[in-house]
Amino acid sequence: MDEGAEVVNAQFGIGDTVRVRRAYPPGHVRAPYFTRGKTGVVDAIAGAYRNPEELAYGRYEGKALPLYRVLFRQSDLWPDYDGPDGDTTIVDVYENWLEAAEGGQG
Amino acid sequence: MTGPDTHTHDHGHDHDHDHARTFQPDIEDSPFSYYQIMAQALGELLIDKGVFTADELRAQLEWIDSRSPEDGARLIARAWTEPDFKKRLLEDVNAAAESMGMDAGDIPIRAIENTPAVHNVIVCTLCSCYPRGLIGLPPDWYKSREYRSRTVREPRKVLAEFGTEIPDDVEVRVHDSTADLRYLVLPMRPEGTDGMDADALVALVTRDCMIGVSLPRTAGE
Repeated sequence: MDEGAEVVNAQFGIGDTVRVRRAYPPGHVRAPYFTRGKTGVVDAIAGAYRNPEELAYGRYEGKALPLYRVLFRQSDLWPDYDGPDGDTTIVDVYENWLEAAEGGQG
Repeated sequence: MTGPDTHTHDHGHDHDHDHARTFQPDIEDSPFSYYQIMAQALGELLIDKGVFTADELRAQLEWIDSRSPEDGARLIARAWTEPDFKKRLLEDVNAAAESMGMDAGDIPIRAIENTPAVHNVIVCTLCSCYPRGLIGLPPDWYKSREYRSRTVREPRKVLAEFGTEIPDDVEVRVHDSTADLRYLVLPMRPEGTDGMDADALVALVTRDCMIGVSLPRTAGE
C-alpha cells in the first residue's frame, strides 16, 4: 500500500504555477474536463497515491504519483464568470496531468 | 381508538378508492439499471472467488449505513471550544476522530476552515466523493449532475438556492474532491454562542454546513 505515501521527488512545489495538460484521452480519466489547459497555482501537496487511471483497469504497477491541490481563479476557469474576482476553485490533480507554466493567467 | 387491536377497516376516510388496487410498488417493480446489475454481479463474483465473504460485504454496508452527521458535528463542536483540538483536526481529521473513539474510515479526510475572508464549499464534479465515514451517505442532490456541474461553474448561485448568501468581499472557494482525499468544512462558530459548551454546540452543526452549502444554526434556532 502506498496510498498517502510521503512525496519524494515532487516535480512541483507550493506556489509554483502549473497548467493542466490539454489532453483528451479515452478511458477512466480523473482530471476534470473543465481544468484541461487551465493554469493555476500549487496550493498544497497532498501525498503520493497510485495512479487511479491505471488502478481502474486493475494495473497495480508503477510508483505512487504526487497529488497536488491546484488553486484556480474562477475567472481563469470560466472567462465569463460573473462573481467577484477573488473567487477560486481548488482541484486535486495528479502529477501526470500537470506541466510547468509561466506565472500569470492561463 | 385505544390501540392497534381496535383498528377496524372502517377507519374514518371515504372509501372511494379500492385498497386492493393501491399497492405501493416493491423495489423490484422499477427496472434495474445497467450499473445496478453490474454492481450486483461484481459483488457475487467477488464472493464466489473468495475475495470477501457475503457477511463481510453485509457488514461493510451496515457500517456505511450506520454513519451519520453526528460524528462530524461532534468534531466541529469540540474544535470550536478547544484550540488544541482544532489544531489536531486541521492536521489530521482521521486521527482526531480516532482520539474521540470514532472510526472515520481509511480514506484521508481534511478539514477546510471557513474564515471571515473565505467561505468553502465541497463538491465532487466527477462522482460523489464525500466524507462518508464522518457524515454518512451523501444526499441525492450532492450526487446530481446539477450540483456537480453548477457548483464549480456558478457557486454563488448554487449557494443562494440553498439560502446561503455570501457577501462579495468574502472569497467563495470551491473544493473539487476528485481524487484520494475527502473534505469536511469547519464552519465558523456562530456568534452569540459563547456560553455554550461543546455538547450544546453539536446541535448547531448541520450536515449541510459541513458540506459548505449552508452555515451552522444560530443559538436561537
